[in-house]
Amino acid sequence: MRLEYPPNIKIILVPCTAKVDIIHILRSFEKGADGVYIVGCLEGSCQFINGNIRARKRVEQAQTLLDKIGVNGERVQMYNLSAGEGTLFAKFAVEMDEKIRELGPNPVKLAKKKIDLMKQNELNCELN
Amino acid sequence: MIVADKKPIEEIIDEIKRHTKILILGCNECVTVCESGGKKEVEILASALRMYFTNNQQEMLIDEHTLERQCDHEYLEEIRDRIDQYDAVLSLACGVGVQFMAEKYHATPVYPGVNTCFLGATEQRGLWTERCQACGKCILASTGGICPVSRCAKRILNGPCGGSTNGKCELSKDLDCAWQLIIDRLKALGRLDDYETVYPIKDWSTDRAGGPRKVIREDVQV
Repeated sequence: MRLEYPPNIKIILVPCTAKVDIIHILRSFEKGADGVYIVGCLEGSCQFINGNIRARKRVEQAQTLLDKIGVNGERVQMYNLSAGEGTLFAKFAVEMDEKIRELGPNPVKLAKKKIDLMKQNELNCELN
Repeated sequence: MIVADKKPIEEIIDEIKRHTKILILGCNECVTVCESGGKKEVEILASALRMYFTNNQQEMLIDEHTLERQCDHEYLEEIRDRIDQYDAVLSLACGVGVQFMAEKYHATPVYPGVNTCFLGATEQRGLWTERCQACGKCILASTGGICPVSRCAKRILNGPCGGSTNGKCELSKDLDCAWQLIIDRLKALGRLDDYETVYPIKDWSTDRAGGPRKVIREDVQV
């Protein structure tokens, strides 16, 4: 197919989207990710019956929690497609990339950088 | 089991924001089963709080640990060596765990991370319902295994009352009338004659009305 999608997306393979827990989503943001999206099979066609529905529920929980801590829940999304829909996979990637660019960088990452810079400055002052 | 529900994160932030070093302490028992205070919930809460405080440029050390139980001395002893490193503990155990922890470690403030609700069962994942009010004198033998104390809004012992319609309680159409359940159960057991027996006035002195309670078992004390 040789479809193109944004190169800034890191794909993490899991056996089923149900393997993705809220903590995995949160840790991604703690480590500086600007957005996370989960791509599962179409609802109703999960090989494990309701794996993708569980994943959707977890995405919703993560969105609520992120909203409450000031990290905009929109940064997490759930998408569904079938294994044969490569074009849709690329489309979702572009869509997510555009959404995150609109929202800007992860505020936690920016705050961490600011704190580190302040600490560095304090250290430099002490050394001088 | 003891059923607890998650506290809103805003409330937790308000409780702990004056501190700088926090230990979030989970419990591996009831609160793990009702998905409010186990290892998983500790991890999620710790991660969310770390991000919140970083985002607000507030220096805050948040560590995580989960004990087998927080209502037993032996397990609470596990953190004796490290408790002094923290300004406060955020306990995700039920109210029993929080209090036992506070009694054991006088110098460390302990905050509750969950709302303890009731003694109940897991009807299905994500649905827990009350089954027992720990009244101290179980009458389930005469009510076909269905408790009117915990499941009847009026706690009546000779029901149903006039508010029971089509097997539902007058409080809500989604709420089963406990006495209807008892009658159906006695019928199924072929013990409907038991329903005719008028239950005498219950001794409530073993309930909360008699103040905080104790169970003393000298036979197992050493």
